[in-house]
Amino acid sequence: MNFWLFTPEISLAVFAIVVILLDLVVPRKGLLTLVSIAGIAVAAGFSVVMWGMSPQAIFSNMLAVDSFALFFKLLFLGIAALVILASTDYVSRFARFQGEYHALVLLSCLGMMLMAATMELISIYVALELTSISLYILVGFLKDARSSEASLKYLLLGAVASATLLYGMALVFGVTGETRLGEIAVVIQALAPDGVLANPALILGVVLMAAGFGFKIAAVPFHMWVPDVYEGAPTPVTAYLSVGSKAAGFAVILRVFYSAFGLPGWLSLDWGLVFAVLASIGMTLGNVAAIPQTNIKRMLGYSSIAQAGYIMVGLATVGLSSAADVAGRSGLIFFLTSYAFTNLGAFIAIIAISNKVASDRIGDYSGMGRRAPLLALALSLCLISLIGLPPAAGFMAKFYIFSGAVQHGLLWLVVVAVINSVISAYYYLRVVRVMWLGKPVSEERVPSSGALKLALVISCLGVLVLGIIPGYIIKLAEMAASMFVF
Amino acid sequence: MDFSFISTIIFLPVVGAILIAFLPGLSPRMIKRLAALFTFVPFVLSIVLFCNFDLAPGAVGGIQFEEKLLWIPAINAHYHVGVDGLSLPLMLLMTFLGFLAVLISWKVDLRPREFFAWLLLLETSILGVFCSLDLLLFFLFWEIEVIPMYFLISIWGTGRKEYSAIKYVIYTLFGSSMMLAGILSLYFATGSLSMVDIAQEGLAMVQSVMPAAAIFFLLLTGFAVKLPVFPFHTWLPDAHTDAPTAVSVVLAGALLKMGGYGMIRVCVSIFPEVAWAYAPILIVLAVVNVLYGAAVTLRQTDLKRLIAYSSISHMGYVLLGIFALGGVSLVGATLQMFSHGVITGLLFAMAGLVMHNTGERGLRKLGGLVRQMPVIAVVFSVAGLASLGLPTTSGFAAEFLVYIGSYSSPVFEGIRFCTVLCVLGIVVTAGYILWMLQRVFYGPVREQFSGVADAGILERVYMFAFVAVIMLVGIYPAILTDVIKTGVMPVVGLLGG
Repeated sequence: MNFWLFTPEISLAVFAIVVILLDLVVPRKGLLTLVSIAGIAVAAGFSVVMWGMSPQAIFSNMLAVDSFALFFKLLFLGIAALVILASTDYVSRFARFQGEYHALVLLSCLGMMLMAATMELISIYVALELTSISLYILVGFLKDARSSEASLKYLLLGAVASATLLYGMALVFGVTGETRLGEIAVVIQALAPDGVLANPALILGVVLMAAGFGFKIAAVPFHMWVPDVYEGAPTPVTAYLSVGSKAAGFAVILRVFYSAFGLPGWLSLDWGLVFAVLASIGMTLGNVAAIPQTNIKRMLGYSSIAQAGYIMVGLATVGLSSAADVAGRSGLIFFLTSYAFTNLGAFIAIIAISNKVASDRIGDYSGMGRRAPLLALALSLCLISLIGLPPAAGFMAKFYIFSGAVQHGLLWLVVVAVINSVISAYYYLRVVRVMWLGKPVSEERVPSSGALKLALVISCLGVLVLGIIPGYIIKLAEMAASMFVF
Repeated sequence: MDFSFISTIIFLPVVGAILIAFLPGLSPRMIKRLAALFTFVPFVLSIVLFCNFDLAPGAVGGIQFEEKLLWIPAINAHYHVGVDGLSLPLMLLMTFLGFLAVLISWKVDLRPREFFAWLLLLETSILGVFCSLDLLLFFLFWEIEVIPMYFLISIWGTGRKEYSAIKYVIYTLFGSSMMLAGILSLYFATGSLSMVDIAQEGLAMVQSVMPAAAIFFLLLTGFAVKLPVFPFHTWLPDAHTDAPTAVSVVLAGALLKMGGYGMIRVCVSIFPEVAWAYAPILIVLAVVNVLYGAAVTLRQTDLKRLIAYSSISHMGYVLLGIFALGGVSLVGATLQMFSHGVITGLLFAMAGLVMHNTGERGLRKLGGLVRQMPVIAVVFSVAGLASLGLPTTSGFAAEFLVYIGSYSSPVFEGIRFCTVLCVLGIVVTAGYILWMLQRVFYGPVREQFSGVADAGILERVYMFAFVAVIMLVGIYPAILTDVIKTGVMPVVGLLGG
């Protein structure tokens, strides 16, 4: 076995431990940021070198090293890097354990990378738990009442979701006698339609697994934790949750459902339609619930439920299209990428503002256009991207993912989705309006540190580049979507 | 031609917007000069383009000054721009209004940096809509326009400006979301995003995804909201009334035309059979637009609101001309779009000036202003008379062509009756225009307006420009109709008439 193929994960784990150890001996905590970024850069470097190789499987078919996994690894590393940059000021609020904070960000990133790469049920579960447990701790890092409540809520509901997932996996294993996705697919295809229908346990298993993953991606009806956790968690962690954990959830769903349950066609048609229905409910519920929110983190929490709905349009497309058709998968991957840049940008701006204002109430953003024009501009750009207006990434992402859906006869879903975009404009623009039209609460300027500015510039550039010249990233996404190991 | 005219014209304003937004230490004066420069150059360039436009019979129907680059290979989208006889007049109109809008806004002192940046971005997006030949590019520009409009109305507007701004946004996004669904269906029915290719190759495949009529109406909804067609018109009076003057000018002058242009370019050209089948319904809507718009206008007591409602009535003529589906009527509709753009632009500019100088806009409170502002009174009257279609003004030429075209149209039996009803609209138009002029400028002199100023030098310059265009097109309409014909001929060819 080629051990070299596992180097991104190993290097990241090593750096996570180094960060904890360094924290003990180094008085200047700025170094921790640098070391974490360096760890991410090393892992990213290894991943980039592997890009374009023919796909292979390692550890006796447990981990895939294919373009799909590599694309997501790079995406997660990028997200983690931006989150760490955005945390530089924020971490000073934690009296202690800054080393652990950085290490946990790196470890959950490691978990996400594994989630995108595993092709075996048990290692999927382990990777998911690595991600989740790190995030449970991170959510409670502020140690005030809200943060602790959020953490506990996340932990309890997360545990239920894990149990559901595990139960589903057990049922699937019980019916098929396999834990490797490729082998599961072979067994299911061997069962005639009657055989599958005669095995309600298999269907139940698939449904329970979907429910367990649904928790990760904040799909309705497994979204209850989202607003509270988003509101209570430290803002950089909220940002991380909203993009990283969600993208990892979608990556693993895509791999499991596409590899294991992709054939026979009528089965994938079934779960495709289930996702289509969940998507339409999720979008509508998220958008409508976001309208009355007064806390911006809570509002973005509901908005992320809605965005998960849009992304599930891509999942539905994957279910309804033939295995050879990449449009649904690449649309989903491109959407996740642009959503990552967009939502990170929005949260970074919120972090910068909250560093000074110490409030997440939308009303306190009044007049931010005068107090911090560039921050307000960046936040406005990201919100416009979330609505799906050009020239921002959200426009292209929606266009691309919806075009796949129309192609496969989901016009009704696209109509629901575009009407939802109109509804969402109302609450996203409300924030924009408050920032540019409201009277400033005070005349004081809102400063931001260099690291935050850098992170913000990177995400805004990403939003604009993906919105105006998305050709190259779409090409990468198509490569990622087409090179799968079974 | 090597020099990429169209791209330069489209993107110069946005370059200006970026400079204005981000160059540090610009004085308000400097900002206005920059804005004027970055709108004047596109105006001059589009005149150059107009003069170089090839009218030779061989060039009929051809897209000229075409630029085409592969943009997003995965979905076969191109950066494809160019002009033909349909888009050239509208592009000229937009660059003209864009430059004048900057002059009209010369007195804006509230946050000028942002104001002019948004105004210039707005110009780029509208120009982009008129020049795009790729559906995705078209839709991108179509959507961009919402953002500057939102800010321009909600920050620099008057009255219930925030309500009007969000209403505008929601209506527009609703329309464009339907349009997006239509564009996507069209894309998968044909595998192409090129408007030119789709129109020429026909729609044999459309049936496979869904009936062509469904796509037609999805697309039409987007355009109908913008034009606006009854019953999608209720955003218009609010947005027009509460927008700052320059924005009302651009909104009424150029932005509404995106709807009419889209109907011709996309709906009629791509779906000629569907257009034939459903034309009666749209003709009836046009009559409703004309008469209902005119009737509601009669009731208005607010100067800007009155002009706003009159736009609904006038856009009814455009709808009538388009769905009469004949060569003459289509030329008339396009000319009406140009002419209405200039006339209503001038009306809004004058209304803005009256409001600015007197601080009053209620028709019951104004009166006797002809003594204080004779120049404004004359120009306002010219604009009003042009609006009701007096011969020698562009309004006459355009409406006359629409009537002739639609009266002789074979679309359906009742179209003659509908045309006659629309002609009656002129009578109502004359009523409200004359009533408005009388209310504002004549009648007893009012004490409180004794010290009110007339138009200044700058204002006289743009007033003259407006009037000159109105008269030029009115006296010699061939200057535009010759160009428009080259664009309409291929559409008529597709319609089989």
